[in-house]
Amino acid sequence: MLFRKALKKSPWIVHYDCNSCNGCDIEILATLTPVYDVERFGIINVGNPKHADILVVSGSVNHRNARVLKTIYEQMPHPKAVVAIGACACSGGIFKECYNTLGGADTVVPVDVYVPGCAPRPEAIMEGILKAAQLLEEKKKNMKKGEILNVAKS
Amino acid sequence: MKEIWITLATVIVAPLVGGIITGIDRKITARMQNRFGPPILQPFYDLFKLFSKETIVVSNTQILYAFLFLVFNIVAVVMFVFKMDLLLILFILAFATTALILGAMATNSPYSRIGAHRELISVLAYEPVLIAMIVAIYFVTGSFNIEDILKHNSLLILDLPFIFVAFSYVLTIKLRKSPFDLSTSHHGHQELVKGITTEFSGPVLGLIELGHWYELVLLLLFVWLFFAKNIFVAITAILICYFLEIVIDNISARLTWKIMLKLTWSVAFGFALVNLIWVYIKYRLL
Repeated sequence: MLFRKALKKSPWIVHYDCNSCNGCDIEILATLTPVYDVERFGIINVGNPKHADILVVSGSVNHRNARVLKTIYEQMPHPKAVVAIGACACSGGIFKECYNTLGGADTVVPVDVYVPGCAPRPEAIMEGILKAAQLLEEKKKNMKKGEILNVAKS
Repeated sequence: MKEIWITLATVIVAPLVGGIITGIDRKITARMQNRFGPPILQPFYDLFKLFSKETIVVSNTQILYAFLFLVFNIVAVVMFVFKMDLLLILFILAFATTALILGAMATNSPYSRIGAHRELISVLAYEPVLIAMIVAIYFVTGSFNIEDILKHNSLLILDLPFIFVAFSYVLTIKLRKSPFDLSTSHHGHQELVKGITTEFSGPVLGLIELGHWYELVLLLLFVWLFFAKNIFVAITAILICYFLEIVIDNISARLTWKIMLKLTWSVAFGFALVNLIWVYIKYRLL
C-alpha cells in the first residue's frame, strides 16, 4: 500500500524528441529549470529509460524514429506511462497527412496523457506529467491482478 | 540476546538516518540553487517507488552483486557499532564497492562499463588515504580496535588534524559529490547517462540506493571517531563537515579522472603522509 502510494510522488521522466521543431523541447526544458522547479513534486529528468517511470514524447512520429520510440518504451520497467507533449505528438499536428509521418505518438506507443498546444506552456506540461503520475498507481493495481494495462486513455 | 537487538536496531535505524540526511541534503541543495526543493522524505518515496517497479535485469548476476553491495555495507555498519576492528571494516567497505563495480561490469553497456572503470580509479585514489588514516590512528592509540581507540584520553583530531583534512577530501569522492562525481552523477546525464548504475533498474536499483545510505552513515561515523570524546562536539563536527560537502557539491564542476587522481595523491595523500610522520615521531620515536 505504502509502496504503491509512493509511485505518484516520484515520477522520473525520460524525454524523447521524435520529430519536433524544438518548440516543445524548449518548453519541456524550461519546465525542468529552477524557475518552475519540478523537483518539488519529485520529478527528475533521468535520461535513462531503465530508471524512468514516464516517457515524455514531443513531435510527430516518422518512419525512422518509430523503432527508437518503441525501443525506449520497451526498456522502461512497469508500471510506466507516456505523455505526449504538443499538437504534433498528440495527433501529428500540421504534419498529420504528410507522406513521411505516421502521425502522433499514439500510433507507436500507448499514450496516457495528451498535452495539446503549440507549444504548450510549462504549467500545462507539469500538470500532464503529474496526471500521468497519478495513473501509475492505478496501473500498479492492475499489474497485481496479472494483466499489464496498456490502454490509451484519451 | 542483547547483541541481536543491537544489530536489529542498527539495521533499522541506519537507513532511516541515511535517508533523512539525503533528504535534507537535497532540500539544502535546492535552496542554494534558489529552488523550493523536494520534501525531506523524498528519498523514501523514491526508494518505495523503486521497490514497487518491475524487475528488469540484463544478466542475473547483477541482482547478486547489488545484494552483496547492500549486505557488505550493512555488515560494515554493524561492525562499527559493535566497536570491532577498524582495518577489517575498511576491507569490508572495499568489498562493497567491488561488488558494485562487478555488477556494473556484468553487462555490455558502454556507459555502465565506463562508470565502473571510473569507480575503480576513484577507489585507487581514496583507498591509500583511508589506509593512512587507520595507520595513523594505530600510531596514536596503539590499536586497530574501535573499543580501544575510544579509550584514548583526548580528541583524536588534536593529533590528526591533517589526516582529518585528507579524510574530508576523500569523503567527497566516497559520497560521489560534485567535483568527483565522475562514476555516477545525479546531475549530469549528458555524459554517462547514469554511469555505474545505468543498467540497474527497479528494485535492484533500490537495493543500491539503500546500500548508499548505510555507506553514508558509516562515513559519518568515521568523522565521529575523530571527536569521539565529546558527543556534542562530534555531532557539530559531523553537521559542519556534511554541510561543507553540500557547499562544495554546489560550487564546483566535475573534474576528469586524471585531475582527480593527481590531486588526491598529491594533496590529500600528502597531507596524510605529513601527519603520519608527525605522529610516528611523536608516539613511536620519542
